[in-house]
Amino acid sequence: MPLTLQTFSTVKDASVALKAAGTCYLGGGTLLVRRANEGDISFSTFVRAIDPSLSAVDIADGRARIGASATMAAIARHPDLVFLSRAARAVGGPAIRNMATAGGNLFAPTPYGDFAVALLALDAHVSIGGGERPIEAFLSERGGIHAGAIVTAVSFAIPGNDDFRFLKVSRVKPKGVSVLSIAAVLKEEGGIISSARIAYGCMADRPIRAKAAEAALIGRERTKEGIAPALAAALEGTAAVTDAIASAWYRSEVLPVHLRRLLLG
Amino acid sequence: MAKVPVRFTLNGSEKEEFIESGATLLRALRDKIGDTSPKGGCHQGACGTCSVIIDGELRLSCLTLAETCDGADIRTAGGLAESGVLHPLQRAFAEAFATQCGFCTPGMIIAAKALLDGNPNPTRADVVEAISGNICRCTGYEPIIQAVLIAARATSLSAA
Repeated sequence: MPLTLQTFSTVKDASVALKAAGTCYLGGGTLLVRRANEGDISFSTFVRAIDPSLSAVDIADGRARIGASATMAAIARHPDLVFLSRAARAVGGPAIRNMATAGGNLFAPTPYGDFAVALLALDAHVSIGGGERPIEAFLSERGGIHAGAIVTAVSFAIPGNDDFRFLKVSRVKPKGVSVLSIAAVLKEEGGIISSARIAYGCMADRPIRAKAAEAALIGRERTKEGIAPALAAALEGTAAVTDAIASAWYRSEVLPVHLRRLLLG
Repeated sequence: MAKVPVRFTLNGSEKEEFIESGATLLRALRDKIGDTSPKGGCHQGACGTCSVIIDGELRLSCLTLAETCDGADIRTAGGLAESGVLHPLQRAFAEAFATQCGFCTPGMIIAAKALLDGNPNPTRADVVEAISGNICRCTGYEPIIQAVLIAARATSLSAA
């Protein structure tokens, strides 16, 4: 089936085009063009919007709004998003990062989607179809009810210094597909953890929250003994995947180790 | 199949072609224009042998649609030599035994060029990061890393 590209200057016009059968929205191409190269015939038309505001990164009143077309490279070098650069730099290699977008990463299937893991820990909101969805709801709905709607931005409150933590485990370094990734936003008051959001990648078919581990951290000290209950609960709610990178067994074995390192580091 | 007009500058010269809509830049460069320096390896974005520089940025031509490059400035490894004189990177790769089968070489050189264009005095760690999207089966990477560092020194010596 021959492929075509339709380019529009506004999201509105692109959204109309996406109502047609066989269309799919094109971000940086790192996921979609790959699928076409591999013979995916589920779509025949790429649709994209080239409104420059889609690439904007705005910081105001302690909140960041990242346009869906902003690339990982642009985010990694943004002077006001230094805390997030580690997650942006974890995606692909240098060329991929010049192409891969914040919006595209939200749709990346496991084992990809490391940036979406970071956004989940940050309690981001996804601007889609003229409204906003909390990222957790968006991730469970992606590909379903939102099919044909265009993500225009993600936004989140910028965490305090040192509150955001991120790690990616891969066999090949510095660039490689994830065995797993973990992001966390922890707040401490007087040495006691007062709030925790932890997100995992590769431990389900989408980035997920580690709610049992989060709950087990509240009121605890960030020490080896303090986090022990959280580590014991680390795998609750997970359904790790088996793929060419690692088995579900392996991912489940090493997750608590890496979570411990992330929390204590 | 619908063809669309695409116009871009390739290694300094203007190109105007009718390209099949939906074709990748890799296909357009190799099959239509005849620049076979970017290679088709994995077609997945994992191996880096298709690497090119578009508007000053390192990109993968196997994942780039040719039509999205209308008006762009594109550089490939095949265009680096000037009037038969090798680019410092090409000379360094040849002299440092950084190329064996040669399949990764255009991508490696372009990734290195993208590094040196922005950072003329890279550290070894910078070089490792810069080529981290390029896979080599033959050399074990060390000669490639050395070649990039040698080329960087040669370029800064000649600029001094």
